[in-house]
Amino acid sequence: MTLTFIFNVVLVALLLTVATWIIVARAAFSAAVAFVAYGLLLALVWVELSAIDVALTEAAIGSGVTGMLLLGAASRLRETEATAVPAGRPLTSAVAVLCALIAAGLAAIVLFPPSIVFTLAPQAMARLPESGLGNPVAGVLFVYRAFDTLLEKVVLVLALVSVWSLAPDRFWGGVPGLHVYQQPNSVLTLLAQLLAPLGIVMGIYMFWTGANNPGGAFQGGTVLAAMWVLVMIAGLQNVPSTDRRALRYLVVLGPSIFLTIGLAGFLLANGFLAYPPGYAKPLIIVAEAALTLSIGVTLGLLTAGPPERVAR
Amino acid sequence: MTLALNIFTVLAVSAGTFFFLAGTAGLLRFPDALTRLHALTKADNLGLGLIVLGLLPLVERSFGALKLISIWLLVQLSGAIVAQLIADFVRRREPLS
Amino acid sequence: MTSFLIGAACFVLAATALGLLRILHGPADADRMMAAQLLGTGGVAALVLLATALQSPAIVDVAFMLALLAAFASVAFVMSAPPSHSKTPPVVDPR
Repeated sequence: MTLTFIFNVVLVALLLTVATWIIVARAAFSAAVAFVAYGLLLALVWVELSAIDVALTEAAIGSGVTGMLLLGAASRLRETEATAVPAGRPLTSAVAVLCALIAAGLAAIVLFPPSIVFTLAPQAMARLPESGLGNPVAGVLFVYRAFDTLLEKVVLVLALVSVWSLAPDRFWGGVPGLHVYQQPNSVLTLLAQLLAPLGIVMGIYMFWTGANNPGGAFQGGTVLAAMWVLVMIAGLQNVPSTDRRALRYLVVLGPSIFLTIGLAGFLLANGFLAYPPGYAKPLIIVAEAALTLSIGVTLGLLTAGPPERVAR
Repeated sequence: MTLALNIFTVLAVSAGTFFFLAGTAGLLRFPDALTRLHALTKADNLGLGLIVLGLLPLVERSFGALKLISIWLLVQLSGAIVAQLIADFVRRREPLS
Repeated sequence: MTSFLIGAACFVLAATALGLLRILHGPADADRMMAAQLLGTGGVAALVLLATALQSPAIVDVAFMLALLAAFASVAFVMSAPPSHSKTPPVVDPR
């Protein structure tokens, strides 16, 4: 009964309670608030599981982007909430049973692992210094599974296009309907003015330190996106219209540079997304810098939502 | 010297934890949202400040100490402003007659 | 010292847990909006204690991230809360 065990027990009990709360909450707003709290708690869980990179991402995405998306959806659905028909008892029971089965299966895998666990982790760690990186997660993301990372970044762009396509045709290219706090010179302005520079420094720091310590382009980009959305909410900057060229170039900048580096691997090294020896780290840093910027802009635009009025 | 620093850490962290418990007691017992805001943003912040103070001798380099202090200042700032925002929201909901 | 710090983290986490469950329950939306700030303080304290106990400076980065984004989440809560029947809404309709 070590103290760490007690800590984990308290954490898990709290997590389960909050999860139950989200399911039984009546109003969508309460459920969304509880979900954001759940995300912040999960960051603690990831720290306890020694997955610091995932903890950073969970804290950033769970409260920043996902939280805003859910809250925005809850506020848009508010008028229809009174007349919404709740799911029937059979469907709810079926979902509960299936979820319990999945949870039991995962628990069985964790509690009774096979005697021989196949893992490539030792080989991956052994060859990591050749890339110049010190963070194994960055190594997996940009060296061993760089193709997956490239596809993920392209998927982000596709997600943004999908969100934009939710707008009626006449509003395509218009201004997203992000709600702005309508109290000029309020404390929110002060918060945005003080928090945004701090967040920008944190975002750049996350990207820079990701090579050797937990962090990376995604965490940095998400913090930048959250700060941009905060500045827009506080009214310090206008929400840009989605047909601005500079904005669209920034969105595709990261994946394009990453793709170019990948294609250059055909000429300079021995394949797609292969790095010439000795140049791996500079190329990865360049790709990550561009990706941080793109992820920031893309996630910010995702959070702002589909265009709701015509561009000025 | 190390013993004195350790005692300082234990005292400061214990005091900080005590203020956290006090803040929670306030959250549990105070009658309405505005008073609970006080408990949340004052007592808990003080608890965090004392904990950060207690941890400063244990952190190795000056950069680490700077990070801890800036975290506390950030939480202090956000606590103060979020309290104002929520209080403004409450005041809009139920105007004091 | 390590055990003491982890024990303190347990206390702080337990206090945060009790507070969180109370304010999620809280009858008004204003109560629920405090959840992010509570976790931004309590969670940060627990993480900072863990970081020192486990000698892992990266966890301090997680604490910083948590503090930053809990503030952002609080702002998002205030923005998206259900409007009341008051005459001056805090958010402007984009139309």
